[in-house]
Amino acid sequence: MTKTRNEIRFLLNGEDVALSQVAPDETLLDYLRLRRSLRGSKEGCAEGDCGACTVLVGRLTDGKLVYESVNACIRFVGSLDGCHVVTIEHLRGEAGKLHPVQQAMVDFHGSQCGFCTPGFVMSLYGLWMKEPKPADAAIEKALQGNLCRCTGYEAIMRAARAISSYGKVAKDPLAVERAAVTEKLTVLRDGSRVEIGAEKHRLIVPADVDDFASILESEQKPTIVAGSTDVGLWVTKHMRDISPVVFIGHLDGLRTISEKDGLVSIGAGVTYTEAFETLSKRIPALGPLIDRIGGEQVRNMGTIGGNIANGSPIGDTPPPFIALGATLTLRKGKARRTIPLEEFFIAYGKQDRQPGEFVEAVHVPVPAKDSYFAAYKITKRRDEDITAALGAFLLTLARDGTVASIRIAYGGMAATPKRARAVEAALTGKPWTEAAVEAAMTKYAEDFTPLTDMRATAEYRMLAARNLLMRFFAESQGGKAPIQVSRHRVA
Amino acid sequence: MNKHASPNLKAAKIAGGVHTDQRHDSAHKHVAGTAVYIDDMPEPAGTLHVGIGLSSVAHGKLKSVDLSAVRSAPGVVDVLTHADVPGENDVSPSGMHDDPVFAEGKVQFHGQPIFAVIAETREQGRSAARLAKIEYEELPGIFDIWNLDPEKDKQVTTPLTLTRGDAAAAIAAAPHRIKNRMKLGGQDHFYLEGQVSLAIPGEDDEVIVYCSTQGPSETQHLVAHVLGVPSHAVTVEVRRMGGGFGGKETQANQCAAIAAIAAKKHGRAVKIRLDRDEDMTATGKRHDFAIDYEVGFDDEGNILGVDFMFALNAGFSADLSGPVGDRALFHCDNAYFYPHVHAKSAPLYTNTVSNTAFRGFGGPQGMVGAERVIDEVAFAVGKDPLEIRKLNFYDPMGAEGERNVTPYHQKVEDNIIHRIVAELAESADYAGRRRTIDAFNANSRFIKRGMALTPVKFGISFTKTESNQAGALVHVYNDGSVHMNHGGTEMGQGLHLKVAQVVAEEFQIDLDRVKITATTTAKVPNTAPTAASSGADLNGMAAQDAARQIRKRLTDFAAEKYQVPTDQVVFLPNRVRIGNQEIGFNELVKQAYLNRIQLSAAGFYKTPKIHWDRAKGRGHAFYYYAYGAACSEVSIDTLTGEYVVERTDILHDTGRSLNRAIDIGQVEGGFIQGMGWLTTEELVWDDKGRLRTHAPSTYKIPLASDRPKIFNVALTDWSQAYEPTIHRSKAVGEPPLPHGMSVLHALSDAVASVADHKICPRLDAPATPERVLMAVERLKAEAAGK
Repeated sequence: MTKTRNEIRFLLNGEDVALSQVAPDETLLDYLRLRRSLRGSKEGCAEGDCGACTVLVGRLTDGKLVYESVNACIRFVGSLDGCHVVTIEHLRGEAGKLHPVQQAMVDFHGSQCGFCTPGFVMSLYGLWMKEPKPADAAIEKALQGNLCRCTGYEAIMRAARAISSYGKVAKDPLAVERAAVTEKLTVLRDGSRVEIGAEKHRLIVPADVDDFASILESEQKPTIVAGSTDVGLWVTKHMRDISPVVFIGHLDGLRTISEKDGLVSIGAGVTYTEAFETLSKRIPALGPLIDRIGGEQVRNMGTIGGNIANGSPIGDTPPPFIALGATLTLRKGKARRTIPLEEFFIAYGKQDRQPGEFVEAVHVPVPAKDSYFAAYKITKRRDEDITAALGAFLLTLARDGTVASIRIAYGGMAATPKRARAVEAALTGKPWTEAAVEAAMTKYAEDFTPLTDMRATAEYRMLAARNLLMRFFAESQGGKAPIQVSRHRVA
Repeated sequence: MNKHASPNLKAAKIAGGVHTDQRHDSAHKHVAGTAVYIDDMPEPAGTLHVGIGLSSVAHGKLKSVDLSAVRSAPGVVDVLTHADVPGENDVSPSGMHDDPVFAEGKVQFHGQPIFAVIAETREQGRSAARLAKIEYEELPGIFDIWNLDPEKDKQVTTPLTLTRGDAAAAIAAAPHRIKNRMKLGGQDHFYLEGQVSLAIPGEDDEVIVYCSTQGPSETQHLVAHVLGVPSHAVTVEVRRMGGGFGGKETQANQCAAIAAIAAKKHGRAVKIRLDRDEDMTATGKRHDFAIDYEVGFDDEGNILGVDFMFALNAGFSADLSGPVGDRALFHCDNAYFYPHVHAKSAPLYTNTVSNTAFRGFGGPQGMVGAERVIDEVAFAVGKDPLEIRKLNFYDPMGAEGERNVTPYHQKVEDNIIHRIVAELAESADYAGRRRTIDAFNANSRFIKRGMALTPVKFGISFTKTESNQAGALVHVYNDGSVHMNHGGTEMGQGLHLKVAQVVAEEFQIDLDRVKITATTTAKVPNTAPTAASSGADLNGMAAQDAARQIRKRLTDFAAEKYQVPTDQVVFLPNRVRIGNQEIGFNELVKQAYLNRIQLSAAGFYKTPKIHWDRAKGRGHAFYYYAYGAACSEVSIDTLTGEYVVERTDILHDTGRSLNRAIDIGQVEGGFIQGMGWLTTEELVWDDKGRLRTHAPSTYKIPLASDRPKIFNVALTDWSQAYEPTIHRSKAVGEPPLPHGMSVLHALSDAVASVADHKICPRLDAPATPERVLMAVERLKAEAAGK
């Protein structure tokens, strides 16, 4: 029998917090600023794009305490059970001085108006703890989710490069107190289900995955929240009523990554950041793609399962997973079924998920050694931008140089992530030559009728999508000349 | 840093005088989260909050406005409409009476405020605002200017014409003529701190408004106007803004007015803070322009005559569109001499949000027009655009020639663009890299490189003459510490720091003895907005004036008390030499106080020399010019239009900089902001006139990873202001922004490579990857013979 408690418990900076009054849609930022008068964290956009509200959240992953930057504006308080929240107010250096990150920012003129600055400091703090002497690429990656309108970033970069000369990570309070905090968080994770509120203001934090499955079977239209990078905006932007909310980001049973027989299985609660490590090693082309999903804070919160389950036609993981032939496991109660991922997406806003059912895991085949795989994302701004069009390609050539098989899937080109079957058919069995590719490029109109919106016109989507096939071909041919523009040269 | 340490009485120099690198005065608070912005201030007990009700159609009559559900929603205290405005329902900054606080009878753009919910919490106010039932009789709307006739269609205010010589005849007689049009997009300010005001009611008709505004005096006057009270009843205060960029020059006034109305009506403090989407939807932006140009030139590429029409999208009201259009014309020459020129502006009415000031204030748009013309000429005569630029520069300072008169008949007397461009071309190795790029392109099928070097000449002064005045208030307390106040506002640019350096320099005391205080209309009245890059020029002078008055009194006092001539009273670092003895500054101040010497002074400054006759289009519109140049190199992907900026070098002139560290930050930040404007920042309206890019998820300002991979910024170490500005420094707020043009032209250069540099790419802005790819496709098709 699952124990139930009626309060959310977490650590806030140096303080134990237990809240029995929490609205299901109460954001961490509102909690900090309004309830606690901790006003160092700012609201710049309330949608997880600008990073002015960045705080660190520490949580136990396989028993190890990991701190990650998150956007407090779209993080719900209800999702913080068993976590350590660290805000800008908690930063301090030795003997009353500024923290090394802060002092470097001061000395290198990293702030002008200062409004975004606490967020930058927190992002750099998170980076510094993991990587005290980061390369520029790592700094830029850590700052993808932080907008500054004044400095042009150059001064912030100078500061970021210098932080390690201001102090040692080992002396940082979070490092010093790591064991104590780990112990506290371990105690907070008591295996209880948390239920708070009544009627239209309810939130539930399941004890484990089985508990979650049973809650889904009994609740009417619950809102499942993992990373809240999407649902957060339903609240802050659309003021939607999301009760009852079931928080699942903490469920260890959904946070596993395993590999067996060339199949990487990713639990639905695995974040982009957590998936990156395995996927970028096993399927290297996915590394740079995942690096361009949201900003660091969003990747630390958002989950692979959420990216699939929300059914968006512009999610970044479904097209490459479909091209790779991934399958999806859905669970209802104790019953599971596994379907090809592409069949999950039925139409815009409609997925093959029954009431009470949830996405449990996605299984991604590692491409065979003799195949060629690539995924390309097209956006207005290179990083932290939502896809205009995304193409993924998996090619296997026969010994005679003809196309034995090719799977092509796109996002942003239709109401769902979708295969380019006419293009595939035009290529299959043909010699893998530029002429064949050019012929296949004429087939896109049979597969796609893209829309015009604020991200791109239909004409551009079509043209760029077609040209991605040419890029794929060119890259498969090797050669010295660059095929893509690159921000950082691969070492 | 121990602020209470005794001053060093043996120092050779003060700590923190002018021409020294100092950190932003609030940096240590920025990084700690302890710098207080309006929304961070502790609210008075009982503070109410505002949710704003916006129009859901772009143009229409208000048939019925049913707010009953709003009023009965939880936490709602009141709902304000135009009927609740005690004074005039208008916040027009230009006296045009065309900017209602709340729409009355009709709405003129999607997102126009119609009502304000006053509620116990902000969330309750926002939720309730969505319950309004409003019926509109929709009217046809104009949502862009591309198909408007700048000569005939409705304008929001009087346009400007500049004429020198006979452009039509010169163009007609020229060996070559080109006529075309450029589309140039607008830009959202995207200050990280959105519009916010906190109004606290006082006795009688008084109210104090804490407002994130660049123009506290104007906010004060408009709040008084809206409340129907004298200006003396209203105090506006701002310690700092979380970014402004022109977006809080006039756009802060509406929120301030709403908060003040509600505060006076209910006798409670009222705070309004717009959500990001509301802010982007309901407040004005940089104007988008349609630039029609015709240029006549000779075989060498000498420009003989130019005719410009600068049509700008004013939106539904005048706001500052008149002067923005004017400044576009003032900069349609950039750094080039036009022997014959005719240029007109057309601030066109549309059913979109009323566009406003944005760093550069039309100037960058004018310069972009000039650079397009240069490109056209360069491609037509088959030369590197840099050659055409150099060929057409104004004469250098000191030259005897006549190629130094602007289209508004001001003589350019301080031109240093030749030296700047020469030094930059050298340090950036323009010629060598040009060869490298050509070789790269010859061997690269899909990726093409491009490079451009663009100059900047930016006119410094408000063209509205009365704005070129400033006041300051300086107190010296009897312990020798100094309280400094002036009319300028801090939005991150380090203005307060620079002015404090000026005051420290005058008194010869360490910078930490000078207290920076919030800008308030109660201390310095009738100030200009902090805009037009004028902050340090104007307020530095006013503060210097105040400090000098006090120093003179101290000098006279010391001379009398110690019986020495005044020229034997010398202010040394933290001390004063009087005859043969030295005493601490603090000691002298103490003695002066005991002898009843006034230790407070109001300072004042007005810019000399300038005048401007708008009707005639003639005058000495600018006190001086700031110069600079930028060289950028890009790579583009001809399959997708994606690009990266490989390298940017900038050499910029800030005269004898008051604080190079601050100025470098302005140049770096200004460039990136200008680059964003011309590349990824795209405002998209749909066919109903709704802005679709109203949040950072859809509106893309540059990130750290959009910086040039190599980014070299330098200030000229040899220039000084030609006029006696504050310590011969030059303004730096706006002039670096147009350096972003170097990226647009580098992209254009890369695009041109697909047609062997034979066809002018006419790359419009913002040059998103989509526009780059479409330009590549167009040039490939044209090169192939269509």
